[in-house]
Amino acid sequence: MLELIDVCKTFNPKTIFEKVALDHVNLKVQDGDFISIIGANGAGKSTLFNAICGSFLTDSGKIILDGEDITFKPDHIRAKTIGRLFQDPMRGSAPGMSIEENLALAAGHGGWLSKISKADKEAFRERLSLLDMGLEDRMKQPVGLLSGGQRQALTLLMSTFNPPKLLLLDEHTAALDPSTAEKVLELTKKIVDDNHLTCLMITHNMQSALELGNRTIMMHHGKIIYDVSGDKRKGLGVADLLGQFKKAAGKDLDNDRMILV
Amino acid sequence: MFNTFFALGATALELGLISSLTVLALFLSYSMLNVCDLSTDGCFTLGAAVGAVVAISGHPYLSLGAAICAGMVSGFVTAILQTKMGIDSLLSGIIVNTGLYSVNIAIMGGASLLNMNKTETVFTKAKMLFAHSFIGPQYRLVVVIAIVALVLVLLTWFLKTRLGLAIRATGNNPDMVKSSSINPTFTTIVGLCLSNSLTALSGCLLAQSQKSVNVTIGSGMVTIALASLLIGRAFMGKGGIGKRAVGAVLGAFVFRLVYTIALRFNLPAYMLKLVSSVIVIIAIAGPYFKQRLPELKRIRDASKGERHA
Repeated sequence: MLELIDVCKTFNPKTIFEKVALDHVNLKVQDGDFISIIGANGAGKSTLFNAICGSFLTDSGKIILDGEDITFKPDHIRAKTIGRLFQDPMRGSAPGMSIEENLALAAGHGGWLSKISKADKEAFRERLSLLDMGLEDRMKQPVGLLSGGQRQALTLLMSTFNPPKLLLLDEHTAALDPSTAEKVLELTKKIVDDNHLTCLMITHNMQSALELGNRTIMMHHGKIIYDVSGDKRKGLGVADLLGQFKKAAGKDLDNDRMILV
Repeated sequence: MFNTFFALGATALELGLISSLTVLALFLSYSMLNVCDLSTDGCFTLGAAVGAVVAISGHPYLSLGAAICAGMVSGFVTAILQTKMGIDSLLSGIIVNTGLYSVNIAIMGGASLLNMNKTETVFTKAKMLFAHSFIGPQYRLVVVIAIVALVLVLLTWFLKTRLGLAIRATGNNPDMVKSSSINPTFTTIVGLCLSNSLTALSGCLLAQSQKSVNVTIGSGMVTIALASLLIGRAFMGKGGIGKRAVGAVLGAFVFRLVYTIALRFNLPAYMLKLVSSVIVIIAIAGPYFKQRLPELKRIRDASKGERHA
């Protein structure tokens, strides 16, 4: 499905700020996989997503999505098949435009000079009602008036309106309060299941990293240091993950921002 | 007395409507695309110069189209500089504006002034056309109103199409545009081409209306248009796209009206630009201070309290 072959990225090369963000990363994702990604700050998790999305050109290596080499494709072209959510709920929608207009851009129906049709509005209303947040009755309101949780749910809807081949979730519930976070996570699960999406999710919550999906990978200093799936993963607990991390990284976790839930 | 007021109003309306095209251009670039296009002055003159040269060569109708095309080219260059060449958007505007000064004089055949006293323009054409109808002496207004109304309808329609939405989103949240598989470079180019074509059309009409082009005809236009835009916003508030576009036109008219009245009270004509600068300062700094007022009050109260204690 998605394959990264020997992907490297170094920021500020040959300066004192040199930072190896991706160090010969190899990753093979199967169709329908739901992979949770954990690792300390600066481990290269978001850089991995940036590489997949095309926010920058990798220094070396190949990225293949569904048999197509996308290594040199610009980001907006990749966005047709890759959906992405960020931690910041404000990042995925245009605050000055209405819910309807945001959805229209995400849906991308029709030619450049087409307008939002009645059928479009019906479709938007139907999808919005799935969120169960009452947004279907506020379609003319600017997105800037929504709460963080509502905006993240809307972004989720927007990035999966045309089901992408791959969905990247970059700590997308971390900025929300616990109950809203849970709700958005439930929605995510539902949308991923309903559309059989392949999904990568970065999280700092090790418990949900193990509960969600079918595979967990751990990153450290730009490398994938642990990769577990199947039966072996089922028996794992948070303590085991921490043990694996200590073993692989060879240091204590005290300084890291992992939430030990 | 009434006649004087009517004549003043008609002049203000005509000039206001002509400059409202530039205000609509800034509505597109400044309010929608979030780009402060500083090539506006040069582009306004470009439209005036190209329109004048084409009209003088005997094609009054073609002159409008030629000005529009010239504006598009200018907007395209400004857009390419900021999207493809890594030049800051303000700087791209300034650079293009500077370059256009030479281009404009070259278009006018090396002269800095062109006279169109005996030239057929869209206005003289309209004068002949409406000579025996009830419109009669108001032919100039009719031409300008027709053009502005057409532009207003087209622009409002355009901003609601998918491309229009994409342009608005580019100014609002470029990340979101990319994730909708739309190239923000493309939307910026389209937006600036359109806005500059309106600016050039505006310049072309002003030149034909006053029957001459001076190479400085556009100087200060960006501030005047910005002032009008902000006045319009104050009148119309936030509202929908159509309402805001109408507000921009209204702002242009109000600005002209105030200015025309000021002239009647012997304000020298050269004060126009200072007035427009002050309006822009008030319109932008006003809301800022209004927002900070509670803070400032609290700081003042706190320092008072200290003195008493």
